[in-house]
Amino acid sequence: MSLFRGAPPVFVVLAAAVALLSLVPVAFIVQSLVQAGPARAKALIWRPRVGELLLNTGLLTVLSMAACAVLGTACAFLIERTTVPGARFWAPMLVTPLAVPAFVTSYGWVSVVPGIDGLFGATLIMTLAYFPLVLLPVAGALRGTDPAWEEQARSLGLGPVRTFRRVTLPQLRPALLGGSLLVGLHTLAEFGAFQNLGFSTFTTAIYEQYQSTFASTAGNMLAVVLVVCCLVLVAAEFGLGRGPVARTGSGSPRPHRRVSLGWWNIPAVSGLVAVVGAALGVPVSSVVHWLVLGGRAVWTSTLWDSAVSTVALAAGAALFTTALAFPAAYLAVRHRGRVSAVAERVSYVAGAVPSLVVGLALVTLTVHYVKPIYQTYVTLFIAYVVLLLPRALVSIRSGLTQSRVELEEASRALGKSRLVTLARITVPLASPGLAVAATLVFLAAATELTATLMLGPTGLRTLSTRFWSLSGSIDYVAAAPYAALLIVISLPVTFFLLQQSRRAAGR
Amino acid sequence: MSSRSTNRLACALLAAGAVILSACGSAGSAASSSSSTSNSSSTSAASADGSPTPGSATPTSSAPVTTAAEEKLDPTALVVYNAQHENLTQAWADEFGKANNVKVQLRNGSDLEMANQIVAEGTASPADVFITENSPGMNIVEKAELFQNVDKATLSAVPAQYSPTTGKWVGVAARSTVFVYNPAKLTEGQLPKSLMDLADPSWKGRWAASPGGADFQAIVSAMYELEGADATKAWLTSMKENFKAYKGNTTVMKAVNAGEIDGGVIYHYYWYGDQAGTKENSKNTKLLFFGKQDPGAFVSVSGAGILASSKKKDVAQKFLRFVVSKQGQEIVANNVFEYPVLDTRTETNRSLAPLAGLDAPQVDPATLNSSQVVDLMTEVGLL
Repeated sequence: MSLFRGAPPVFVVLAAAVALLSLVPVAFIVQSLVQAGPARAKALIWRPRVGELLLNTGLLTVLSMAACAVLGTACAFLIERTTVPGARFWAPMLVTPLAVPAFVTSYGWVSVVPGIDGLFGATLIMTLAYFPLVLLPVAGALRGTDPAWEEQARSLGLGPVRTFRRVTLPQLRPALLGGSLLVGLHTLAEFGAFQNLGFSTFTTAIYEQYQSTFASTAGNMLAVVLVVCCLVLVAAEFGLGRGPVARTGSGSPRPHRRVSLGWWNIPAVSGLVAVVGAALGVPVSSVVHWLVLGGRAVWTSTLWDSAVSTVALAAGAALFTTALAFPAAYLAVRHRGRVSAVAERVSYVAGAVPSLVVGLALVTLTVHYVKPIYQTYVTLFIAYVVLLLPRALVSIRSGLTQSRVELEEASRALGKSRLVTLARITVPLASPGLAVAATLVFLAAATELTATLMLGPTGLRTLSTRFWSLSGSIDYVAAAPYAALLIVISLPVTFFLLQQSRRAAGR
Repeated sequence: MSSRSTNRLACALLAAGAVILSACGSAGSAASSSSSTSNSSSTSAASADGSPTPGSATPTSSAPVTTAAEEKLDPTALVVYNAQHENLTQAWADEFGKANNVKVQLRNGSDLEMANQIVAEGTASPADVFITENSPGMNIVEKAELFQNVDKATLSAVPAQYSPTTGKWVGVAARSTVFVYNPAKLTEGQLPKSLMDLADPSWKGRWAASPGGADFQAIVSAMYELEGADATKAWLTSMKENFKAYKGNTTVMKAVNAGEIDGGVIYHYYWYGDQAGTKENSKNTKLLFFGKQDPGAFVSVSGAGILASSKKKDVAQKFLRFVVSKQGQEIVANNVFEYPVLDTRTETNRSLAPLAGLDAPQVDPATLNSSQVVDLMTEVGLL
């Protein structure tokens, strides 16, 4: 293996295996296109319904991304760069919506405003559920940039608004695009949140086909279009992501001078109250409302069983995914080469495939060709790994980059074996990154719905699958404790992540 | 430094778990004793055996292995692929399981999904029993020759019109198509005379349905049988123009109740269930039974069958016999407002109009075809 000078062969094999595994859904998409044949594929793709869905999904995705970008940037600017009262209070409050799964946000809003539906309703829910995905990186970028740029612009006579537009905004570009891409991918993959909204997207249409036909060509062809949409987004971000910002050195990080808001404090605070109220207040108070109505009768043993399964599954997914992502991340950082770069990129691209499609691919594959793992935890965990690997990769990579390679070299030079070095130097030093990776995977797996529905073993009930089936029959009272537990499980995990991301940003 | 935060996280999780547990310790027992007659308390019916044991409910990271093992497909359990309402089948499973000391495990899904799934699984299907809400799903499995004959005694316990003449499956419950409407929007004079009327341009934007569901697709199958392929396609094409799509029958009813739309095509029992409970999603609505053997008066049959590949055929036969017994049919009457095929009456479902008086069209449940209907619906852009 001259490609990986000195790389542990086990790592090379594992990284390659994981990359291949990630390609299964994409291969399935290609295969189903081939199997359908050009005539049938064309008949099922070039039809008015697909155009309708494309319009719905496209508009929703673009509007949600734009709304999240504006809202996320505005909130980030307020808490990072202005004297808005209570910035320390608002910062965590604005991130907490990440602990509320989008389908719970939707449920909360539908209970308060029953008439909410259509494109407007869907955009509102997506924005409220996902704007922190923009806020977090943008806030980090606002903290991390050298104030000298803006100070120079101001000293050269630019006003505050033009300084923001011409100097600050370009510096935010990578963070803004990265965050918006995440919002877009989440929107394209979203399923549960639209259940009670009377709005059809590709995911809801694919699921309706699945319900009517199990795994059929018509459903697969819709999945083809959906995956193409995801890849277009990823490609667009890749193309736009290289900003014009370039400089030597990182500058000197020091606190920015905060903009004094004066009377603008009133609209600023009202705005923050409105955002937190809409994204957090509405869903949480709805859940509490239904909980009070339901009383003790809704706290059933099924609920507790589902909670245990959910936590166990999510912990298992976190463990597996982190362990499997480590070799790929290690190679990408320590043995950079063409193959490791390709393996890494493959995982990212595959991670853009919505979980519904991953579910469809694995159901089809296992029922026909790999019967022994059909409807077992093995298949479910494979799905989690494929879906969540990119999240783990990013965090482990940054953890590994921060731990210094010289220490590993010293350990080897002092006669310790590669394994001992790995166990005693590399892994401990990368542990913050590993912890964040595991936590991110845990959070996503705990609220995963579609793949779990399609692939889980008979008898498995998780909080989200039960919530989905109860809220689907408008049994809001019985669904409430499931929503409450989902939030309770996600909340500390979200705060841990926030804390870690702050620490990484050096604060 | 990260270990400290990890510890803190673990503490927070444990503390949260402990708080919830202490709250539920008493609640769990209350739940199992509460009876379930309405939709809103249906989870108690779906709750599995026993109350939660504090130790097992604590969220710890060491749990996955043991839980995974516990939840693995139980080789001794009777596996039911269930497309019926979960609380109904769970109630059957609980009663039957208790009386016969058998474990019954459900896998939940929808009619046509599970029917096609069983066909894809072929003779290696893990399912022993298949239960649907409507008969088209049963016919898919029957056509693939994957069903075992149902015992004669079970078949003869049910009126003949609810089961196919082949005896491959048995009807276990029935539901009637209705038009739910909002009287503030539609006077009695403005109501449609037939389901077919909803194709008229005057109904544009005024009615709703849930086309992705097996229920509505079964209604269309009946239309296909009664009116033919061309008329059905024409009707579906106009429907695409006229109707508003929702996901689920209750959602349709809720929209009608809220005045978002004038009326909707659903099954009767969603309305009766809500009326018996909080009336929250139906208090502003009324039901129209089309009668006169109209396609819109179609009575759909829920079926149950035994897979030929099952290794527990004896238990499975026993289970079906239980489902159509007086006790099994009383569970139908008490759990959902579907019609027991024996038209059994209990305190709970006394308000239902007699099944025989609905003047439903004669449709042989064994002939209803779903794949043509789904293809048609895909073709006109409803799916």
